[in-house]
Amino acid sequence: MKNSSLRRQKERFAQWGMGALMTFAALLAPFIAVALWLRARPLFEIIPLGQLLVSSAWRPLQKEFGFLPFIVGSAAVTGLAMVLAVPPCLLCAIYLAEYAPRRLREAVKPLIDLLAGIPSVVYGLWGTLMIVPFIRDILIPWSQSVFPNTPLFQTQNPTGYSILAGGIVLAAMVFPVIISTAEEVIYAVPGGLREAALSLGATRWQTIKGVVLRRALPGILASVILGFSRAFGETMAVMMVVGNMPQIPHSIFDAGYPLSALIANNYGEMMSIPMYDAALLAAAFILLLLVLVFTVVARLFLLQAVKRAA
Amino acid sequence: MKKLKRKHVEERLFIGLMIASMVIVLSSLALILGAVLVKGLPALNWAMVTQVPKGGYYLGKEGGILNAITGSLALAGGATVLSFIVSLGVVFYLHLFAKNTHVIEVVRLALDVLWGIPSIVFGAFGFTLMLWMGMRASLLGGIITLALLELPVMTRTMDEVMQMVPFELKEAAYALGSTRVETALRVLWRQTLPGLLTAVLLAFGRGIGDAASVLFTAGYTDRLPTSLLRPAASLPLAVFFQLGTPVPEVRQRAYAAALVLTVIILLISIGSRLLTQRFTRHVIR
Repeated sequence: MKNSSLRRQKERFAQWGMGALMTFAALLAPFIAVALWLRARPLFEIIPLGQLLVSSAWRPLQKEFGFLPFIVGSAAVTGLAMVLAVPPCLLCAIYLAEYAPRRLREAVKPLIDLLAGIPSVVYGLWGTLMIVPFIRDILIPWSQSVFPNTPLFQTQNPTGYSILAGGIVLAAMVFPVIISTAEEVIYAVPGGLREAALSLGATRWQTIKGVVLRRALPGILASVILGFSRAFGETMAVMMVVGNMPQIPHSIFDAGYPLSALIANNYGEMMSIPMYDAALLAAAFILLLLVLVFTVVARLFLLQAVKRAA
Repeated sequence: MKKLKRKHVEERLFIGLMIASMVIVLSSLALILGAVLVKGLPALNWAMVTQVPKGGYYLGKEGGILNAITGSLALAGGATVLSFIVSLGVVFYLHLFAKNTHVIEVVRLALDVLWGIPSIVFGAFGFTLMLWMGMRASLLGGIITLALLELPVMTRTMDEVMQMVPFELKEAAYALGSTRVETALRVLWRQTLPGLLTAVLLAFGRGIGDAASVLFTAGYTDRLPTSLLRPAASLPLAVFFQLGTPVPEVRQRAYAAALVLTVIILLISIGSRLLTQRFTRHVIR
C-alpha cells in the first residue's frame, strides 16, 4: 500500500510538472509579444504607432524614428521573392504529387528537406558570391540596354547589392517551405475525384487544373502565406546582399533596408543613443505582429483544407 | 496520324514547365552546395579547425576557427538538451494527461505560431530577457535563446511521432495497472525513440545554423567556450563577420567556416534518415 501511494505521488508530481511546461510553451508567443511591447512603450508614448508606420524620417540622434523605409524594404524584398518563387514552387509541387514516379518523388523530397536545413548565412554567402556579381556584371548592363528609362529597372546603384539580390536569395530559401506544404496538400486530395474527372475524358492536366487544384486551393494559399511569412522575417541572408540603405527603393536594383536587417545591424549601438533601443525593439514588435497575423491566417486556411479533404 | 488536340498540347507544355521548375529548384541547391565547396575546400586545412585565432588574426595572420566550432557545438548542444527536457514534458502531457481537445488544439496552434516567429525576434526577446536578469552576452544567454527557438521544432516533431502510437498500446499498459508516467517512460519512450531522436537532430540543426538569435545573446569571442557566463563564438557569426572584412585571408576563413557548418548540417540530415530506417525495425506496429 505504501508503494502504491508513492506511485500516485510520482504521478501527481509528473502531471503538475508537465502541465507547467506545457503552459509555458503555450504562453511563450504571447509573452514574447508583451515583453517586446513593454520595452518599446517609451517610444510609443512619444510617437504613436500609426505615425511611426507612415513616417520615413530615420534620424535616431534627433529622435525621429520612421519605420516606413524599412517596412517598404521588407515588403519589396519579400514580394519580389514571392513573384520569383511561387510559380516554380507550385509547378514543382504539382509535378511531385501528380506526375512523378514514386522513386523520383522519394529521391527529390530529401533534397528539398536538405535545402530547408541549409543555414541562412550559407544562403547569404551564396548570394554574395554568385547572385550579387551576376546582377552587377550581367543583369544591370543588360537591363539598361534593353529597358532604358523604364522606372523599375533604372538605378544609380551599380554595386549589385540590391532588392533583387535579396529577392533571389529569399526565393531560394522559401522553395522548400512552399513546395513541401503544397505538395502534401495536393497529394492529400482524394483519388476518387481524379478518377471521376479522368473517366469523363479529361487529360491529367485538365483534371489537375479543374478538380485537384480547386480542391487544394486553401492549402496552397496557406503554403504561399507560410513562405511569405518565412521570407518576411528572414534576417542574415537578406542583410548580407540587400545593401542596407535606409531609403524607399524605386527600382529592383536599388539598395533597400528590411526591418529585420535594421534590428540586427544596429544592436551594437542601441544602448548608447536614447530611445534607440526602444525603437529597435519596436521594430521587432512590428515584425512579430505582422508575422503572427500571416501565420494565423495560414493556419486558418490549412484547417479549411483539412476539412475539405475529409 | 491524328493531329494532337489542344488539350494534349497544353498538357505537354505544362509538363515541360514543371520539369523546368524542378530543375531550377534542384540546381539552386546544387549551386549553393557547389559554391560553398569550391570556396571552402581550398580554405580548409588542419590548422583552421584545430586553432583559435591568434594575434593579428583579423589582419590575415595565424589562427583558425576552433573557437567558432566549439562555441557552436556548445550553444546548440546546450540548447538542444534544455529544449528536449521541456519538449518531452509538453508532449507527454498532451498525450497522457490532457483530456480537453480544445486545450490540445490551442497548444498545437501556439507552437505552430512560435515556429513561425523569425529568429531575429527571438534574439531581441532573449536580449530583453537578459537585460531584466542583468546578464551580459554569454554562452548561457545564447543557450536559453536558442532553446526557445528550437522548442517548437522539437515539440511539434515529437508530437507528430506520438500521434502515430496506436492507442491499444497505451490501453494495454493501463490494463496491466501501470500509471500514466510509467506508461510514458517504459512504453511510449521506447516505441517513439527513433522519432524522438529525429526531432532532436532537427532541432540541433536549426539551432546550430541560426545566427540572428545568437547575435545579441551569445556575442562573439576569440576564446574557447569555457564558462557559461562568458561570450561564445559561433560558426554562422564567424561566416558573417569574417566575410565583411577586406582582408582576403580572413574571408577565406569565412568560407572554411561555412563549409564546416554545411558539413555538420549534411551529417545531421543523413544521420536522421539512417536513424529512422534503423530504429523503426524495433517498433511495435
